[in-house]
Amino acid sequence: MSVRPLVLALFVVVASAPSAWAEQRGQAKEQVEFGIQVAQRGLWKEAIYRWERAAQLDPTYAAAFNNLAVAYEHQGQLAKARTAYEKALALEPNNALVRQNYDLFKEINDRAAQKDGAQR
Amino acid sequence: MTARLRKTALSVSLALVAALVACSASYTEIPIETPIQSKLDVSAFQRIFIAGFIAGANEDVDANMETVRLLRSQLRNKGIMRVIDADTLPLLEVAKQSGETPAPPVPDQQAVAPVQEPEANKPPVFNDEKDLEPYNQIFANVAYWKRIGEEFQQPLIVTGAVLFAPQQRSGFVQREQEVYDSFGRRQVVPVRTYMERKGFVLRPTFIFIDGRTGETLHSETFREEILYNANQQTPALSSYFELMDRLLPAFLNTLSSQKIKGTRTLLK
Repeated sequence: MSVRPLVLALFVVVASAPSAWAEQRGQAKEQVEFGIQVAQRGLWKEAIYRWERAAQLDPTYAAAFNNLAVAYEHQGQLAKARTAYEKALALEPNNALVRQNYDLFKEINDRAAQKDGAQR
Repeated sequence: MTARLRKTALSVSLALVAALVACSASYTEIPIETPIQSKLDVSAFQRIFIAGFIAGANEDVDANMETVRLLRSQLRNKGIMRVIDADTLPLLEVAKQSGETPAPPVPDQQAVAPVQEPEANKPPVFNDEKDLEPYNQIFANVAYWKRIGEEFQQPLIVTGAVLFAPQQRSGFVQREQEVYDSFGRRQVVPVRTYMERKGFVLRPTFIFIDGRTGETLHSETFREEILYNANQQTPALSSYFELMDRLLPAFLNTLSSQKIKGTRTLLK
């Protein structure tokens, strides 16, 4: 007899999970779009804040990690950029745009890495 | 029925247009500038002396003088440090006088010196890295570089070796060719063709020496090459500048931080 409310509660939780996820994704998307707007105006620190927020809200959102990586690259934080690109690619391995960004990043990163190796 | 079909077709096209708009708006390109830190801390130096390079006289190009001129003008334009305008050092002679006199290498078939008359002071022709090796000991001569440093008020000294040599290569090259099918439609297909190509290789080694101590602070070697069709006549000097142009940003990045411009894609 007492099991019925429990089952009902479980059903409510399971049924509401997709909508909660959709809401999280919606909020993350808003943050990503706002981040793009401010990045286009050159406000990269604000953009980083927005995309970090988006990645927290939805850790499966590849776009948030890709954009974060671009922003880190622009700020010269190359190690952080690499981590973010790799996360974006792990989430969406077939995304050609992320792959293209990553390849371009690697060219610069390799050049920066050369400097450490070349020094005597 | 026809009206219904028309309505369906219209809604399908609208959906397609909406999907296309959505797709096109799902990403945006943005220009970025990635800062790269300088490879060398040059804060202790106010002045820089491009002292000269061990280089041969291949293909009418005096790689020593051209490199000195180019680096000095680039450094002046960028305002990185005060550039000392002095005569270049006679490094080949100094290397010869310092005991282990290397015999000048014999030019090979591909690198024919333009002027054939024998001259005692004519610089040797270097065809590969091995030809330069006997001269490298001069860069480790701390006493010599310290003396040069004292003469020029202890600047950062840039020296090294520049190999600029002709090269020839033959083999299969893939290129794109236009073809037309039986319906007259144009297509571009990759075609493998055997080609004789010739060009140049540029391999400079830049050595940065502390004028206060004569010690080497940093050294780096680059290699760039360019190949043309065998029938193409490209002056050696323009090839030299084209190749130097490729590696100048990396040279300048040794002395000052640089921003590399690029474009990335932001996703929604």
